[in-house]
Amino acid sequence: MRNAFADELTKLGDDDARVVMLSGDIGNRLFDKFKDKHPSRFLNCGVAEQNMMGVAAGMAMSGLRPVAYTITPFVTTRCLEQIRTDACYHNVPVTVVSVGAGLAYAGLGPTHHACEDISFLRSIPNMSVICPGDPWEVRAALRAVMKQDGPCYIRMGKKGEPNIHKAMPADFTIGKAITIEDGSDVCILSTGNILPEAVEAGHILKSHGISARVVSFHTVKPLDTACLAEAFGKFRLVATVEEHSLIGGLGSAVAEWVVDNEVHPKAFLRFGTPDIFYKLAGEQEYAREQLGLTGHQIADRILKKLA
Amino acid sequence: MVVANGKNAPDKAALAAVAARLRGKVIEMSSAAGAAHLASCLSCCDVLAAAYWHVLSIDPKKPDWADRDRFILSKGHAAAALYATLAFKGYFPEAELATYCQDGGRLAEHPPANLLPGVEAATGSLGHGLPIGVGMALAARIHGQSHRVYALLSDGENNEGSVWEAAMFAAGQKLENICVIVDYNKWQATARSNETLMLAPLRDKWAAFGWDAREIDGHDVEALAAAMADLPNGSGKPVALIAHTVKGKGVSFMEDDNNWHYRAPTAEEVVKAHKELGLA
Repeated sequence: MRNAFADELTKLGDDDARVVMLSGDIGNRLFDKFKDKHPSRFLNCGVAEQNMMGVAAGMAMSGLRPVAYTITPFVTTRCLEQIRTDACYHNVPVTVVSVGAGLAYAGLGPTHHACEDISFLRSIPNMSVICPGDPWEVRAALRAVMKQDGPCYIRMGKKGEPNIHKAMPADFTIGKAITIEDGSDVCILSTGNILPEAVEAGHILKSHGISARVVSFHTVKPLDTACLAEAFGKFRLVATVEEHSLIGGLGSAVAEWVVDNEVHPKAFLRFGTPDIFYKLAGEQEYAREQLGLTGHQIADRILKKLA
Repeated sequence: MVVANGKNAPDKAALAAVAARLRGKVIEMSSAAGAAHLASCLSCCDVLAAAYWHVLSIDPKKPDWADRDRFILSKGHAAAALYATLAFKGYFPEAELATYCQDGGRLAEHPPANLLPGVEAATGSLGHGLPIGVGMALAARIHGQSHRVYALLSDGENNEGSVWEAAMFAAGQKLENICVIVDYNKWQATARSNETLMLAPLRDKWAAFGWDAREIDGHDVEALAAAMADLPNGSGKPVALIAHTVKGKGVSFMEDDNNWHYRAPTAEEVVKAHKELGLA
């Protein structure tokens, strides 16, 4: 995802002189092309995220389109007040882009995990929260964000995620979920970098004779309520899937919507990380398995629920 | 009307008279609203007078003019002093100052975002104004504009790490179009500044962080006006003015008495204070 981000940002920077890239001393060589082409619009802000976010807000107040980028916890929770007060309260187009959603940096330990960021950021007024499901959605999200005028958060995985889409989704709209595979029995709403596991779960369900719709629910805020109304109206079971805490993420947002709209789900499962700091060594795949977030585990739990 | 960008010599008497008027007004406002932070307002009135009546290139009729100089009240708790300044300059009617802290009004205890003309940034949480100002100064550089950015910080605000992040970053970027003024009144909310987090030697700290840092009498309107107008000053560095001030300045029974960080004056005290300021 991060290579797609750097590449697409360079293209956007070519076309739009307002685009400024702020890096929290990360992405060694990743932005070389951007730097070469637009040296005055690339700023390494060092390991000082509060300042980086305030600087981004000041730039956005002055008509620029700053993108502030570093590892997820440091570009979200470390500078949460600057995001809230400087970017969101002023309602200016600061784009916060994070790398390492959820357990993408599992091996680096809980300091680098990010399972709370959606929760914090979606509670801030004016903020949009977008969790692309594959590299194509990263590109599309970035383009969509540059066309609107408020603060946005784009939550990326890391690198090497498979492409789920075959090309950039042409009609990508902030707040409008994308159906990846259609089905009729269960509806899996997946947000962010865990999308490949959700797709795999869909395939496994199919092999058990269960027809699954798999949706890339890339925007957690604003919620695609039309998609939710259809999902809860039409399917025997709705599941939310995210590499984020069960507290405050997509599952919570959908549960809030369910309660507020007096929807009575036939069956509703939430997949996400538990309320713990996950301390064991090992990479993302291993961590997902320990926490019940692989495609197989998701499919198994859905099958049990349907049984 | 566009202020003349500090090109003429500052008129000391006129600036001092403006500062006294500002003090008189914030004392009235604090009393009427029962609002805190009066002493913090009084210590920075000379800086505001020098900035808005001599230094800044601004047009109150066009608050969004792209090439204006920016003044950020990073010590947002001195909002009353900023409101009085903006009203006197004509950003909004002076009569609106009577609505300070009143239900439904635009003049809350800290400056709001996107609500009141002339407020460049909503402040109140300390340590935010300077990074925002650095972003604005960099934006001017990127846009090829020549306007300047001023940020007024409290001394207690220098406790915040984000101030020093911004200081190092601005110096690393060799930003010449930004000036910090520290209202060094030696008090923070509940204690002497230097007995809380050690700020001294404050000028040396800013200098060590790469700024062209100078100490200045924060109540000498002429010196303030001249120093603030000299930006960029050819040093190749951002400028920090460590302005030595007295909290509660201008009113004998408030000066250097930290109770006035929170206390609001009675009607009787307002009359007494106005007399001392030569406003009666």
